[in-house]
Amino acid sequence: MQSASTLRHRIRSISNTALITKAMQMVAASKMRRAQEAALAGRPFVRLIYRIQRATSKRLGDYAHPLLEVRQVRKRAVILVSTDKGLCGALNANLFRLVSQFDPETTLFIAVGRKAAQFIARTQHQLAAEFTYSETPRFTEASAIGAFATDLFLRREVDAVHVIAMRFVDTLTQQPLCLEYLPIGQIKAVEMGWAQIETEVSALNAYCLFEPSREVVLDFFLSRYPKLYMYQVLLNAKASEHSARMVSMKNATESAETLIGDLTLEYNKLRQGNITKELLEIAGGQAS
Amino acid sequence: MASTMRLEIVTPEGTAFSADVELVTIPTIDGQIGVLPHHVDLMTCMIPGEMLMRRGGHDQFIAVGAGLVEVTGTQVSIATDMAVAAANIDEAKAEEARQRATMRLREKLSSEEIASINASIARSLAQLRVKKRHRV
Repeated sequence: MQSASTLRHRIRSISNTALITKAMQMVAASKMRRAQEAALAGRPFVRLIYRIQRATSKRLGDYAHPLLEVRQVRKRAVILVSTDKGLCGALNANLFRLVSQFDPETTLFIAVGRKAAQFIARTQHQLAAEFTYSETPRFTEASAIGAFATDLFLRREVDAVHVIAMRFVDTLTQQPLCLEYLPIGQIKAVEMGWAQIETEVSALNAYCLFEPSREVVLDFFLSRYPKLYMYQVLLNAKASEHSARMVSMKNATESAETLIGDLTLEYNKLRQGNITKELLEIAGGQAS
Repeated sequence: MASTMRLEIVTPEGTAFSADVELVTIPTIDGQIGVLPHHVDLMTCMIPGEMLMRRGGHDQFIAVGAGLVEVTGTQVSIATDMAVAAANIDEAKAEEARQRATMRLREKLSSEEIASINASIARSLAQLRVKKRHRV
């Protein structure tokens, strides 16, 4: 049996924690709305650039762009996109579980976000670079990551690049994914109506005019594609992070409230018990 | 009724335009091109400038950024970083954005940042030019 003062103490400290989690929930909720809007608004754009990518790949002919080159994979790089801060439930843990499928000997990691960097350091994987991204991801941040990965690939230090990141589905669901990034090709890891795009693309004429030339158009597009892709990955990661944090803080607040309720009940019982005991003592004293 | 084709302009912020049109002109690296329905399949690069679309006999002007254009006989798809209808251009805002970017250019910057600022200046200028030509 705990004493009344310890109970009071615990109730007070839990109420303080509940205040903090409540505040964090509010902050995450407002950030979540903006981040979700940005992630969802980008979807049609992703679909179109992916379609164009598939269409151009089909119409390549004999032109071999270095970013499209499929090589025997001896060494690969993985871009691990996590959050900067914790307190967002199992989000990062789910993400890091995907890492185990890669052989640490032949895999280089590019950490994006502080938690990813800490994870790579702790598990002693090979870290090639560390990037950060801000609260509202900016295109320049994505393009720095894209440029670094592209550079590794083009210098033949790695033969393939993957992205491990959270895809935002809705407030309650975020899906950890391992996506094909480089060489640029078909994305099979996520179902986003890609099959329909493949059907659309296969219906296209093989003949197509490129102006001013196939090389110029492809260079223009393919040099931008990895950056645009990365930007969408970051937007999705942010939307997932805020959603997960909102939900886990809401759960924390709720369980704190239940705990406070239980403890208050126990405290009141104890207090009542003490009063009864005292009354009995007084009554006993009078009787004797 | 003239034959039409589907025009879709998509930016990272969402689908900016989606309409059936009779004609579009697009500013490309090689100069302005006009596209009519049943155009041969074409892929080209768009540069910041002015786009015209004719819809139900009416011409509408749009300021666009750099991007990629895919033309099939029935559809024109454009992926770009900006698309603003002439009527929606806020001249003061565009001018302010241009000046802010020009100021930023005087600072010490990485080549990546310079490229992104130059792109944003080009976008503001495209908006201002379209606005000046079509006082609405």
